[in-house]
Amino acid sequence: MYAIVVATNIGIFVLLALSLNIIAGYAGQSSIGHAAFFGIGAYTSAVLTSTLGVNFWLSLPIAFVVTGLIGALLGLASMRVKEDFLAITTIGINFVVVAIFQYAPIFGASLGMSVSKPSLFGVKMDNLMFLILVGALIAAMVIFMRIIEKSWFGLALASIRNDEAAASSLGVNIVKFKVLAFAVGTAVAGLAGGVYAHYMTFIYSSDFAFLVSISILSMVVIGGIGTIRGPIVGAIILGIAPELFRFISDYRMIVYGGLLVLMMLFQPQGIVGNGSFLVNKFEALFGKGRKKSVVS
Amino acid sequence: MLLQQIINGFMIGCVYALTAMGGTLIYGILRILDIANAAAYVVGAYLGWVIYATTGNLAVAFFLSMALTGAIGVLIQKFIYTPILNKPNIIPIVPLITSVGIFIFTGDFIRLLVGPEIKDFGVILPFSVIKLGRIVINPEWILIIIMTAILLSLLWFVLNKTKLGLAWRATAGDSEIAETMGVNIQKVMALSYIMGYGFASAAGMMIGVLYSSIYPTMGDIPSYKMLAIIVLGGLGNPIGTIAAGLVIGLSETLISAYVGSVIPRDAIAFLVLITILLVKPTGLISRKNSI
Repeated sequence: MYAIVVATNIGIFVLLALSLNIIAGYAGQSSIGHAAFFGIGAYTSAVLTSTLGVNFWLSLPIAFVVTGLIGALLGLASMRVKEDFLAITTIGINFVVVAIFQYAPIFGASLGMSVSKPSLFGVKMDNLMFLILVGALIAAMVIFMRIIEKSWFGLALASIRNDEAAASSLGVNIVKFKVLAFAVGTAVAGLAGGVYAHYMTFIYSSDFAFLVSISILSMVVIGGIGTIRGPIVGAIILGIAPELFRFISDYRMIVYGGLLVLMMLFQPQGIVGNGSFLVNKFEALFGKGRKKSVVS
Repeated sequence: MLLQQIINGFMIGCVYALTAMGGTLIYGILRILDIANAAAYVVGAYLGWVIYATTGNLAVAFFLSMALTGAIGVLIQKFIYTPILNKPNIIPIVPLITSVGIFIFTGDFIRLLVGPEIKDFGVILPFSVIKLGRIVINPEWILIIIMTAILLSLLWFVLNKTKLGLAWRATAGDSEIAETMGVNIQKVMALSYIMGYGFASAAGMMIGVLYSSIYPTMGDIPSYKMLAIIVLGGLGNPIGTIAAGLVIGLSETLISAYVGSVIPRDAIAFLVLITILLVKPTGLISRKNSI
């Protein structure tokens, strides 16, 4: 069914948006190359299953760990640069990583890589099973992020985001927490990549290009950066939009570009972000019983 | 053939420097990474093409297109960026996404208006090919060198010899102190956008003339390569931008000529960028007074 295909795709992007939110929302680090890690996870698991014959269910945690380690390493290197320098460095990482996918023979170079569909208990996984897998991963991720928000890790990240110098003077180990945020955020993107590769059964370097990073970031910001609901809503809206605008397919990009500008002009905190029109109305209607989340 | 490659690289570097200069002038004042500069690059190329087709005069096409694109820039700054930047607690990603939106919108607007196909931007130039032994210099290159020289001198003059230029430099140094000293920040921002989008438009036309073709997606590669050059130049530093443009132009040309295609040409800029930033995190030439 077509709806299942679209839903699974959107689900993968929900995971990506949530994982970027840990880096960009919780830790406040402008990372604009998230698709690079999505790609690293996808290619890692693809090489593991197709070339080395590793089981799909083993390849996912390996992709998770490998991507997280690379993310931590690049995060550590990026600590030398700040703010806008960091933003551009992450764009650079995206381009270099895509270039490696496109030129290294082990990654199929310019031909891309084909991957066979995995099986579960001897049954070949169909689209519905992938949708369930993605749904389960999203649920786990949401629980995980709730734990982060309440934990010492989440508080440390919030303090870094609000005032790095003050946090440092209070003894928060800035480098450790930033690198940890990078590691966790990129590892989840790698996991999403592993699922994506086996779901699509074919991956190509341009699937992980800079434009993909921009759309992941747009999902986070349009939904509401720093919240859990925001990236989910953003990914669903931007994922469904191309389907809704199909009848005006020739005007899709111009509508998309225009909406991005209007959104930033009138609701820069995101559709369901803290302090947005919808959330304010909701809180006015249902009282102030809701506790403000860690990220304000 | 090393000298030929160096000349090629220098030429491309000139265009890169002009493309990125717009972004640098805007970052210097507003502290935003304006990807929409690449939209000005496309708009400028198309305006120049239309004006050249109507008037047949290349100089008119260049300067009129620059002026018109600059005017569009001021409108964008007044009605889009200023309201966004004036909002409280804006995170730096917001203006960046805005500029991506403007860039996508503009590119597609042109595609719908003029059509997606490649248009021919061949021009008749008053100079012919120069041959020095085995080294060839095309007439388009001479045009690029002359235009770059004129525009950079103009920039130098405006920034260093006029009152508005002094206000620009003061604001780039410290906008709050400049404002308390009576500098009209709105005017300085408008200057940044007129010059920034004007320069991008000139660069777009140069590339159009150089390859004698223009198309709606011609700004895609400059949009991000420009960022690498701005950052490499030290973010907001005009002289650093010229140096960075030349460094990127030369390294691209030399690496793809001598090392071969181990990595795609457009990734070289970022490889150079990451390498230099890891050694010197503030770019080639860092801003004065910056921490």
